[in-house]
Amino acid sequence: MVIWHSHAAAWVQGATALTPPHTVPVTALAPPLAVRGLSVAYHQKPVLWSVDFTAPARGLVAVVGPNGAGKSTFIKACLGLVPLLSGEVTVFGAPLSRRRREVGYVPQRGSVDWDFPVSALEVVAMGRYGRIGLLGRIGRADRDAALACLDKVGMADYAGRQIGQLSGGQQQRVFLARALAQEARLYFMDEPFAGVDAATEQAILDVLQDLDRQGRSVICVHHDLQTVAQRFQHVLLLNVEKIADGPVSDMLTPSLLRRTYGGAALDGPVPADAALVPLRSAE
Amino acid sequence: MSMEVWPLDVWLRVAEILTFRAGHNAAVVLAGATLLGIAAGVVGTFTFLRGRALVSDALGHATLPGVVLAFLLGSALGLTTRNLPLLLAGAALTGSLAVWLVQQVSRHTRLAEDAVIAGVLGGFFGLGVVLLSLVQSLPTGGQAGLGTFILGQTAGMTRGEAWTMAVLAGGAALAALALYKEFRLVCFDPDFARGLGWPVALLDLGMLALAVVVTVAGLQTVGLVLVVAFLVIPPVAARFWSDRLDRMLWLAACFGGASGALGTALSGAVPDLPTGAVIVLVAGVFFLVSLLLAPGRGVLAALARQLGLRLRLTRVTLLAGAVRGRPLPPRGVVGHWLRLRGLLDASGRLTPHGRAVAEPLERNLRRWELALRLDPHAVPDGTRWGVDPAERVLPAGLLARLDAVGDSAEAAR
Repeated sequence: MVIWHSHAAAWVQGATALTPPHTVPVTALAPPLAVRGLSVAYHQKPVLWSVDFTAPARGLVAVVGPNGAGKSTFIKACLGLVPLLSGEVTVFGAPLSRRRREVGYVPQRGSVDWDFPVSALEVVAMGRYGRIGLLGRIGRADRDAALACLDKVGMADYAGRQIGQLSGGQQQRVFLARALAQEARLYFMDEPFAGVDAATEQAILDVLQDLDRQGRSVICVHHDLQTVAQRFQHVLLLNVEKIADGPVSDMLTPSLLRRTYGGAALDGPVPADAALVPLRSAE
Repeated sequence: MSMEVWPLDVWLRVAEILTFRAGHNAAVVLAGATLLGIAAGVVGTFTFLRGRALVSDALGHATLPGVVLAFLLGSALGLTTRNLPLLLAGAALTGSLAVWLVQQVSRHTRLAEDAVIAGVLGGFFGLGVVLLSLVQSLPTGGQAGLGTFILGQTAGMTRGEAWTMAVLAGGAALAALALYKEFRLVCFDPDFARGLGWPVALLDLGMLALAVVVTVAGLQTVGLVLVVAFLVIPPVAARFWSDRLDRMLWLAACFGGASGALGTALSGAVPDLPTGAVIVLVAGVFFLVSLLLAPGRGVLAALARQLGLRLRLTRVTLLAGAVRGRPLPPRGVVGHWLRLRGLLDASGRLTPHGRAVAEPLERNLRRWELALRLDPHAVPDGTRWGVDPAERVLPAGLLARLDAVGDSAEAAR
C-alpha cells in the first residue's frame, strides 16, 4: 500500500490514453442537470453539504466517492426522493417537477423486494407508466416497447419469469431495461455494476455507450475506477462535499483521489468502496 | 354447545344457508359476508405486499372507541335504537386517526414501526374497553349489541345492515382493482413511483382508506379484533400458490369469499358461535393447507426439494470422487443404493457400469466448479449446483467461456 502513489499515477496515465478525446458540442441548450447549493441531512447529520454541479451536455458522468460519501443521496436528491435541506435542482433548465418524463432512474438492486409477485416484463413495463399516467391502461404498444427494451439487454427470453428467479445480474438488466423503457433524456443510475456477472457488465456498458451515442445523458454512481477511466468522460468526486468535477483525465489524479477517499486509503485498510480493482490491475 | 348439535342436521342447515334457502335475511347476510371476504382478500393483498399488514391490526382495534363514542352521540341526539351508519362513521374516524398516528410517529421519530403500532393499538383498544364498560352501566337502551362488534355476530343482523356491509365491501374491492397498476408499482418500488412524479403518499393513503372501509364494513361480521386476520390470511395463503399478482388477487378473493360464506353459514347453523372467530378459523384452514401443500413455496414441497437435492448431490460427489480417484466409503442411504444398483463395489470403487454413469456426472460437476470460480454471479438463482446439467441451466455466454477455459486446461495437461 505504501507504493500506491506511483502505481496509481502510472495507471491513471495509462487509462487516460484509452479515453477518446472528448468534444463537447457547444449548444444553446440548458445543461441536463444543474445543482446549486444542494444540502441533505438525515437526522441532523449532513450527508451532502452545499454541492454545486453542472452536468456537461454530452458524455457519461461517473459519481465517485467512498462509502457514506452521499453518492446515492445525491442521485435521490436530484430525483426529489429525499427532502432537501437547501439548494435547487434543475433539469434541462426547468425544475424537476416539469421534467419528470425526461428523467429515468435505475435504483440500487437492493432497494426492492425481489420476491415480489411480478414478472420481468411487468417490471420493464413500469418504465412506461410515466407516459401512460395515473389510471391509464397498459396497452399493446407499451408491452411491445417493454419487450424491445428487454431484448436490448439480452433478457427477452426471461420476459415471463418472476423476478426472484433471475440471477443478480439479470435482475440488474431488468432494472436497466425498465429505465430504457422510460425513453428519458437524462438517466440516473445507482451502482448498476454492483455484484453483477461479466456478461451483465458488458451489457450495461453497451447500453451506456448507446445512450451516449444517442445524445442522452447518464449520471452513474460507480465504484470501479478502471471502468470509470475507460468508459466515462466526466467525473464528480464526492465526499459529503464536492471535491472536484471535470473531465475524467483531470479527476483521477492521486492527489484528488486522496482528497476524496481520505488518508485512510493510503495507510489503513482501503475502504471497500475505494479503488481496489485498479490498484490490483496496476500491480 | 353439546356434541349432538354437530351431526348431520347441522351440516344440512349449513348447506341450506349456503344455497340461499334459509330465508331472505340469511341470504343477504351470506352475500354480504362473501363480498366482505372478497374485498378483504383484494385490499389485504395490497396492504400485505406494501408491508402494512400490522397497521390494519391497529386500525381494527382502534375502531372500538369510535363505535362507543358514536353510540353516546346517538343517545345524546335522542336516537333510541342503534344507528349503524353513525356507529360505522365513528369507527372509521378513530380507525383512521390511529393509522395517521402510526404513520406520523414512525416518520418523525426513530421508533420502529412495530413498537408504534403496539402502542397505538393498545391505547385505542384500552380506551374503547373502558368507554364500553361505562356505557353499559348507563340507563339508555340499545348498548347491549355493541359488544358484538368486538368478536362479530351476524345472528341479529338486519337486512339493511347486511346491505350496508355488501355495498361498502364491494366498493372497496372495485376501487382496489381499479388502482391495480398504481398499487402494484407503489408496493414494488415506491421510489421509482416517486421518480415518475406519482403521489405515492396519496396512493398509500388511499390503500389504507380502503382497509378502513373493509374493517368498518366487517365490524358486525368479523369483529374488530379479528378483522386483521381477515385482511392478512387470505393474501398470505394465496402467495403460496402463485408468483403472479393477478392470480394471487384472484386466489385471495376466493379464499376470503369462501371463508366469509362458510364461516357465516357455520355460525348461523350453530347457535351462539361467534361469526368472526369461525370465519377466521376457516381462513386459517386455507392458510394451513396452502402452507403445507402448495407446490413450490409450500413447506412439504420445500422439504422434498431439499431432501432430493441432498441425495442427488451426495450421489454426484460419491460417483465423481470415485472417478477422480478419491473414493469415499459408500456409506449412508445413497452409498447403499449405489452399491445395490451395481455402480460401486464394497470399497467405494466404480464398477464398469458405474464408470459409464459417473463420468458424465463428473464432467458436469467440473463445469459447475469452474463456473463458480469464473463468474459466480452469472449462475441463475434456483439452479441446483453441481446437480443440474450445466448446459441446460447456465447462460450461453458463461458456457462458452467455461469450455474455452476447460479446453486450455486440457491442452496444458
